[in-house]
This record gives sequence, structure tokens and C-alpha cells, in this order.
Amino acid sequence: MSPPVLELQEVIKRYRGEPPVEALRGVSLTIREGELVAIVGQSGSGKTTLVHVMGTLERPTEGVVRVAGQDVSQMNDRQLSGLRAWRLGFVFQQFFLLDGLSVIENVANGLLYRAVGQAERRRLAVRALERVGLGHRLGHQPNKLSGGERQRVAIARAVVGEPAVVLADEPTGNLDSASGASIMELLRDLNDEGRTIVIITHNHEIAASIPRSVELRDGLIVRDAAVSGLSSLSRGSALGGGQ
Amino acid sequence: MNCRLTFPDVFRAGSLGLRSRRLRALLSAVGVSIGIAAIVGVLGISASSQARLLAQLDALGTNLLTVGPGQVLGGGQAYLPQAAPGMIGRVGPVLTVSATGVVPNAHVFRTDKIPGVEGGGISVRAADVNLLQTLGATLQHGTFLNPATAQYPAVVLGASTAEYLGITDPGYPIQIYLGGQWFTVIGILRPVALAPNLDRSAIVGYPAAQKYLHFDGEYTTVYLRSDPNQVTDVQAVLARTANPNHPEEVAVSRPSDVLAARVAAQGAYTSLFIGLGAVALLVGAVAIANTMLTAVLERRSEIGLRRALGATERHVAMQFLTESLLLSGLGGLAGVLLGSLATTAYALSNHWTVVIPLLAIWGGMASALLVGAVAGLYPAMRAARLTPTEALRTV
Repeated sequence: MSPPVLELQEVIKRYRGEPPVEALRGVSLTIREGELVAIVGQSGSGKTTLVHVMGTLERPTEGVVRVAGQDVSQMNDRQLSGLRAWRLGFVFQQFFLLDGLSVIENVANGLLYRAVGQAERRRLAVRALERVGLGHRLGHQPNKLSGGERQRVAIARAVVGEPAVVLADEPTGNLDSASGASIMELLRDLNDEGRTIVIITHNHEIAASIPRSVELRDGLIVRDAAVSGLSSLSRGSALGGGQ
Repeated sequence: MNCRLTFPDVFRAGSLGLRSRRLRALLSAVGVSIGIAAIVGVLGISASSQARLLAQLDALGTNLLTVGPGQVLGGGQAYLPQAAPGMIGRVGPVLTVSATGVVPNAHVFRTDKIPGVEGGGISVRAADVNLLQTLGATLQHGTFLNPATAQYPAVVLGASTAEYLGITDPGYPIQIYLGGQWFTVIGILRPVALAPNLDRSAIVGYPAAQKYLHFDGEYTTVYLRSDPNQVTDVQAVLARTANPNHPEEVAVSRPSDVLAARVAAQGAYTSLFIGLGAVALLVGAVAIANTMLTAVLERRSEIGLRRALGATERHVAMQFLTESLLLSGLGGLAGVLLGSLATTAYALSNHWTVVIPLLAIWGGMASALLVGAVAGLYPAMRAARLTPTEALRTV
């Protein structure tokens, strides 16, 4: 069994307010190197909170999060940022490409906070863009590209630094079905090459095309397809996934 | 697994907002550049003008003193004793003495055909032949009186007098009708900065004045140069020396004081205008702070993205602070250039030497950057304090 890259134990995320909102109510999940995992759930199920907690963009109220074997609970801002720069790649529904920069500069920004030299950043960015099939778009401005192409740029930016895990939050949410399908195909190809990818989606069809899908409802994991026959989960039961 | 950002990358990230929103950057930097331009321009123009005044003072010398009759205690005009110039000349540190006297009731006309009574405010003065040396005055044309010409009806015209009479460059001997006699113009003076009343005079020799104009030889102004280091000492004893019996009836003055006062007066205006420049700078600071706050709001998703890519809070703060410093720095640079240009244009149009104090240039740049730092600090902190999830939640 390959080593875990993401481990969540009994993660609870509570937001202050009147009344307090419990977005995650005790989630335990292990994602191992080389896995392609879909996290499915309707809006409000806590899946965005889950991806933020997995991506160290947000700290859990309770529970343990380990990224590439490191417990993040005691890390300061600098260490967490380092973890994001070196171990995590993000793909967002809204792409979040910077309009003032060319496609290649946007991808090279994926390595910006590692203090890699600019020439090296560009070299790796070209390689990543060629990998996602945009070798012919290097100097374009992102706002001149189609939605599908923009998401490819964003995926290239996420994988340019070869992170331990890529977290994709609704990567096809803003795309028509044809572009969405081709993005899914790209993500599956990238996984075939050995990359660990977590896809967050509300689309069961997409989830069904993925080897392991984890269903989230009201802040709890209600189904993990890799563990057959599981229909509900109570707090405290550890969940380990595997291939 | 450190996250680091090299200086060129900070600079690139910080200039991204400026590059993608050029017009807004331009507009928000205008305030600072106007403020800095005003400050640099005022400092430059006043330094140039002061340099000119000081050079003038230097050339004219501050050791010229004048002695004249003051007021009699009970009212009425006092008289200088005939011995006054000689007495003054015997004061140790006095280098040269030249006496002049206004010839009463003598009027100056271009020809004898003019029936006028008044001479257009032009006075006739009798003067010692060394007057030019004592005053440091120079001639536009011709020569000054010498012991020979001082005996004859020869006249030297002040600059304004020559203009009034329409005599610019004689080239050949011209005669004017002076006190009922024909006098030959032998020279024209340049304007005399330290004795402007000579500009409106026609100057004749003492012997000629007595012989042709019935002048009684009364002294009205005695000019003297003293040792530059003992000017105040000399000034203190002049009244008693000129008129030992009635020192209170003697008026002593130092013409260079007027120029020196003008140098000082300029300082007062300078601080007023610098105050105005500072107000413009403050307005510029508010404009930059406003632009930066807007940028932080608009670019929340960029902040969120950068945090996801591994930017620390410090990196985000540095990026926005750099942007603010770039804005104000560019504004400051434009202001320094603009102010220097204004100074150069103004000084050249007045035929002054261009003086732009280095302090104005460095001070201008430094205050622009200070403005940028202060204006950018709060927006940068706001940007840094945004949590990644808050930043990403927008759109």
C-alpha cells in the first residue's frame, strides 16, 4: 500500500456565529499516493470546507490534518505557506488566472513562492503547458482563451511544481459539458502518470467515472466507494481508503 | 521546504497592479507628483533667486555706507557740514569717500526749446570724480568725469535719465540743456543697484557745478567704502564724525541691507509655498491609500490565489506595500522632474543661474516614498490579514 499523502482524523470545523455552523462534523479520510478521488456532495454538504482544510487554507477546529506525513496543527503561517508552495496544487472553479500576465507567466507563478529562478520557472512552465496541450498558447493573455483552455492553464499551474497532491475544487463547474469532459480526461491522464488528485464535485456522473468517490452530506462522510457496502458513518469510525 | 520570494519577484508582483491598471495608477500618482513638483520648484526657484541676490550682494559688496543729512529735532531739513567728507575720510577703516550734492533748482531738458518748468523728476548732482570707484558702478557708454572734465560743462547721465531723454548710444557728442546751460554728455551709467537715485540723475563735476550752476557746494549724500570686517564699527562712529555738534541730525545707512532683507524675505515665502506643497502631498497620500484599498478589495481572489500558491501573509503585505511605494515613487520622480523643469524655465527666463538644491531632490524623493509607505501600510495589512478562504470566497 502506498504511503498516505493526506490524512484527516476526526476533523471538525465549526464557524462562529448565531447559531454556530458545524461545516465538518468529524471527518476522517486518508488519501494515498497515486489515488484519484472524487469528493461528492450537494452544496452545503461541507465539501468546499473539506478541500480548504485539506489544502491548509483553513485550520480545523478539532482533529488532525496531516499533509505528506506532517501534522499541520502546530505550523505557523510561514510553515503552512511553505507546505502549500511545495506539497499542494490547487485548481479552482473560477480558474483564478491573473489577467495582467501571459499564460506562461501564470503557470510560472505556480513556482513563484519557492524562489526558483525566473528562467527555470519559465522552462518548467513551458513543459507543463505542453503537457496539458497548450504548447501553442504560451504568450497569450488568459482572457483571450476559452474556458476549457483557461482551466488547462490553471491545471498546468497546479502541476508545474509536481506537488504531492492536487486539489481541484469543481474544476468543470464553469465549463460546458464538452470542455468539462476533456478536463476530466486530462485529470485522469495526469493521474495515470502517477499524480495524486482529489476532485471536489457536486456532479455524481463525474464522481461515477472516478475509481474512488467519497460522498459528503451535512459535514459527514456518508459513503466511501472504496469501502463497499458502507452506507452511513458514525463519528469516531476511522476510514482508510485504498486501491 | 521554505517559501521564499526573491527581491525581483517582489518587484514584479508589486508592479503587476500598476501594469494592468495604468490609467488608475497614473491618476493616483498625480497628487504626489504635484506636491513634490511644488516643493522642488519652490525650493529650486527660491534657491536660484537667492543665489542671484547673493551673487549681486557679493559683487556690490556689503561695505558701502551712505551718510546724509537727517532731520533737525524740531523739524526741517538738516545740513551736512562742509568738512564732513574730509572727516569721514580720516576714519581709519574707511577706504574711499565720494561726496555728492544735489544742485537745487537745476532742471534737465533735451533742448532749450522745451518750455517746461519741471525736469521730469531728474535731479542734477555734483559729484567727486572717484564716485564710480566708491560705488562699484560701471558705464554703458563713454567715460566718467575726470579732474579735467569736472571743470567744464560735461555731464554723465544715469541709466533712467538717458532713457528719459532718449539718448541711448550717442556715438557723437550730444548736448543737453541743463540749468540754463548747454552741457555735453560724455557718458551714460549702467543702473546702480546700491544707489538707485543716481539712475535718475545727471552728474556734473563739483567745480563745473559751482562755476556754471551757482552751486553752493552743499553735500547731500556721502558714499564710502569701509574695511569689510569693520563695517558696523565704522557705521557706529559715522554720525559723530560727520557732524560732531549734531550727530542726531545725520542719517547713516547701509544700502546692501535692502538686498539682504530681500534674501531673507524670500525665505518666508518659501516656507509658505512648501506648506502648500505639503498639503498637495497629503492629498496625494489619501489618493494612493484609496487606490490601494480599492485594489485590495478588487483583488481578493488574487490574494487568495497567491496564498494557495504559497505566499505568506508577509509576502502579500510586501506586494501591496511595494505597489504603493512604486506609485508614490513614480509620482515623486515625475514631481522632481517637473519641479526641476519649472525651476529651469523660470530661472532661465529671468537670466538667473539655475540652482536646484540636492536637498530638494533627495528630500522630494524621500518624502514621496514616505507618503507611499504610510499610505500603503494599512491597505497592505488589510490584504495580509485576509484569510485565504475569505479571499477565495469572492467572485
